[in-house]
Amino acid sequence: MLSTAALLANSTPAQLLPARELMAFTLASHILLVPFGVALPFITLLMHHRALRRDDPVALTLARRWSAVMAVQFAIGVITGTVLSFEFGLLWPGMMGRWGDVFGLGFGVEAWAFFLEAVLIAIYLYGWRRLRPWTHFWLAVPLPPAALMGAFGIIAANSWMNTPQGFSLDAQGKPVHVDVQQAVFTPMFGPEYWHFVVAMLLTAGYVVAGVYAVGWLRGRRDRYHRLGFTVPFTVAAILTPVQFMLGDSAARAVFHKQPIKFAAMEIVWKTDTHVPEYMFGRLNSDGTLSGGLKIPQLDSILAGFKPSTRVTGLTSVPAADRPTVVQATIAHWAFDIMVTVGSVLVLLALWYAWCWWRHRDNPRSRWFYRCAALAGAACLVTVECGWITTEVGRQPWIVYNHMRVSEAVTSTRAGSLWAMLGIVMVVYVAVFGAFLAVVLKMRTRWRIADEGSAAARAAPPPEADTPYGPRGEPAAAGAAPDHTPGGTS
Amino acid sequence: MADFIAWVLVIAIAAYACAGGTDYGAGLWDLLAGGAERGKRPRRLIDHAMAPVWEANNVWLIFVLVIMWTGFPTMFQAVFSAMWLPLALAAAGLVLRGAGFALRKPTRRLAQRRIYGAMFAVSSLVTPFFLGAVLGGIASGRVKVGTTASAHAWANGTSVLTGLLAIAATAFLGAVFLFSDARRFGAHDLVDYFRLRALIAFGAVVVLALIGLPVTHDDARYVWDGLTGGWGLLLIILAAVCGLATVLLVLRRSYGWSRYTSVASVALVVGAWGFAQRPYLLPTSLTVAEAAGAAHTLRWLVIVTGIAIVLVGPALVLLYRLDTLGELEELTAADTGAARTPGDNL
Repeated sequence: MLSTAALLANSTPAQLLPARELMAFTLASHILLVPFGVALPFITLLMHHRALRRDDPVALTLARRWSAVMAVQFAIGVITGTVLSFEFGLLWPGMMGRWGDVFGLGFGVEAWAFFLEAVLIAIYLYGWRRLRPWTHFWLAVPLPPAALMGAFGIIAANSWMNTPQGFSLDAQGKPVHVDVQQAVFTPMFGPEYWHFVVAMLLTAGYVVAGVYAVGWLRGRRDRYHRLGFTVPFTVAAILTPVQFMLGDSAARAVFHKQPIKFAAMEIVWKTDTHVPEYMFGRLNSDGTLSGGLKIPQLDSILAGFKPSTRVTGLTSVPAADRPTVVQATIAHWAFDIMVTVGSVLVLLALWYAWCWWRHRDNPRSRWFYRCAALAGAACLVTVECGWITTEVGRQPWIVYNHMRVSEAVTSTRAGSLWAMLGIVMVVYVAVFGAFLAVVLKMRTRWRIADEGSAAARAAPPPEADTPYGPRGEPAAAGAAPDHTPGGTS
Repeated sequence: MADFIAWVLVIAIAAYACAGGTDYGAGLWDLLAGGAERGKRPRRLIDHAMAPVWEANNVWLIFVLVIMWTGFPTMFQAVFSAMWLPLALAAAGLVLRGAGFALRKPTRRLAQRRIYGAMFAVSSLVTPFFLGAVLGGIASGRVKVGTTASAHAWANGTSVLTGLLAIAATAFLGAVFLFSDARRFGAHDLVDYFRLRALIAFGAVVVLALIGLPVTHDDARYVWDGLTGGWGLLLIILAAVCGLATVLLVLRRSYGWSRYTSVASVALVVGAWGFAQRPYLLPTSLTVAEAAGAAHTLRWLVIVTGIAIVLVGPALVLLYRLDTLGELEELTAADTGAARTPGDNL
C-alpha cells in the first residue's frame, strides 16, 4: 500500500493539472455567488420585516428590488452549483468511487436543504403581488435556516476531506465499518462551519451596503440610500469581530488537526519552538524565505499562547506528502491576505460602532464611505483566499493523509480536459459578465425612476418638468457603470 | 436496504424526467416558436409558466447525483468515467439553459433577448438528449466498472434512440402542460396551438418507441426482455394507457387531468426501466447488492430521504398549488419602481 502510494506520488498524471484548474476555476466562480445565496434572503427579510412593521414604503422598495436581484443571482448560483456536482464525477471519480459512501451523506443533507430553499425562494420571489403581506413574509422565514442547513452539508463534506474519520480500512485499503455520525462531525467541522457561515453573512452585508455607500459618495443622500446602507452594514459590522475570533480559533484548530497545512499557511520549515511569524514573503526550495516581514516568536505565541509552543514544520514529512514550495507560498499569501483584510474590517466596524455610540448616527466622513464601498470587494477576495488556504494547503491530498489528488483524478485525456477548461472559461466569463450587466442595468433603471420622481416632486410647474425630467437623465446614467469601482456590485 | 435505495434512485430519476422534463419541453417549444413577432405570445407563456418552478425542478437532478455517489459509489465512478463526454456536454447544457432563461427575463432589448433565448432553447434540446443517451448506454450494458471514456459508450443506436426519445417525451410533457397553462393565463388562442403540438409530440414518442423495438432487441437484450415481460411489461402497458388517455383528454380539452396522465405515462416508463434492469444497476455486470455502499450509510440515506419527504414534500405541494392557482406572479417594473432606459425596444 505504502509503496504504491509512493509510486503514484512520483508519477503525476498529465490530466491532473487541467482537472485541478477546472475545479478551481468553477469553484472560485461559484463561491462568489454563495454569500448571496446564503445571506441575501436573510438581509432582505430584515428589510422586509421593517417595511411591514413600520409601514415603510422606502424599506419595501428596497426589499422588492433586492429580491429582483436575488431572482437572477439565485438562478446563476443554481446552475454553477449543479456543475460542481457533475465535476465530482467528471474530474474526481476515484474519490467518489472509494469514499462516496463515507462522506457523501453531507451532500444528501445539502440536497434536500437546497430543495427547500429553491421552493421557498420561488414562492417568495413570485409571491409579492398576490399573497397577503404577512403570509408572504412568514413563508420566506424558513429560508435562512434552510440556507444554514445547506451550508452544513457542504462544510461537513469539506471538513471530512480535511480531517477524515468514521471508517476503518480493510486489507485492500478500502473503507469499512463506516460510522456516519463520526464522518459528519469531524474535528474540523465546527471551526470550519461557523467561520464559513459568518463569512457568508458579512460578505453579503458589506457588498450590499457597498452599493449604497457608492451612491452616498455620489451625493445621493436620501433616506433610501441611508436605509439601504445601514441595515446590511450593521449586520456585517456586528459579525466582523465575531468572525475575527472564529477565524483565530479555526486557525488554531488547523494547527492541532492539520499541522502540515498550518506549516504551509505560516511557512514553518523546520519543527521548532519560538517560531517567528512571517507576513507574506516567498518560500524557496531550500527552506529560506525571500522578502516578507518577520515578527519574532509570534507564530508560536499565536498557536499556543506562549513562545515555547512547538510548531510542526513542513520538513517533518517527506516532500511527497506536503505541499510544494509554490503551493505553500500560495496558501501562505492567501492566509495572510485573509487575515489582513479581516483585521482592517474590524477597524472599520469599530469606527462605525464608535460613531453610533457617540453620535447615534452613521459616520459623516467621506473616507468611511470610501472604505465601506471597498469592503464588499475586499470580502469577496477574502472568501476566495479562505478557500485557497484550505484547498491548496491540503495538497497533495484530496482526502487528508488517505488519498492523493493524483489517485482520485479521472483517466480522461489531458487534452480533453484542457479543451473543457477553455470552453468553461469562455462560458463562465460570458455568463458572469451578462449577469453583472443585467444587475447594473436594473440599478440604472431604478435610479432613473427615482431621480425622475424626485425631479417631478421638486419642479413646480408641470410644463417645465418634462424636458428636464426623466428624459435628461439617461445619458449620465448610461455612462455611469463604466466608472463604477469594483466594489459596488 | 440497497434495493430500497435503488428504488429511491429510480423514483428520483422519474421525478426529474417529469418535472425537469416539462421545462425542457417548454424550451423545445420556445425554440420552435418562430421569429420574434410570431413567437412572442408562446414565448411569453413559456416564460410565465416556467419561471417560478424551474429551479426547484432542477434540484431533482442534484438529488439523483447525490444518491448515486452516496448509495452506489462504484456505479457513480463507472458511469462518470465511461460517459465523460455526454455528461460534460449535459452539464454545459444545464449552465447555458439556466443562464439563458434567467438572463432573458430582465432584458428589455430584442437583440439581447434573442441571444439569451437561443441559449436557453438550444440547450433545452441538448441536455435531455445527452442525459437520455447516457441512460441508453447504461441500459445496453456499455458501462462496466473500469470502462474508460469512449464514443462507443454513447454514440450507438440504443443511446441515440434513447436520447431522441427523451427529447420527444419532454416535448410531449411540455406541450400538455402549456396547453392547460394557456387557458390558465387566459391565452385562449394558444390552447389549440399547444394542443396540436402535444398530439404531434405523442406521435413522435410512439414512432420512436416502435423504431426502438427492433433497434434495441439485440443491442440491449437484457432490458429489452425486461420491458417485454413481467412487471416491466405491465408498467409499459399502463404507461401506454396513460399516454392514450392523455391524448383523449387533450382532444376533449380536459385541462386538469391531462397533466396527471401525461406525468404518469413518463414516470411509469422510467419505473418499467427500473424493473427491467433488476437486479442490475449496470446490466449485466454490476448488481445493486454489489454496488451498494456501506450499510450504515444506506440506513442514514433512508433517514435523510425520509426527512426530505417530510420537509420538502409539503413545500413542493404548496409551490405547485400556488402556481396552479395563479398566485405566483413576477414583480413588474412598476412594483420595483424601474424606468425604461434608452435602447429598450420591448
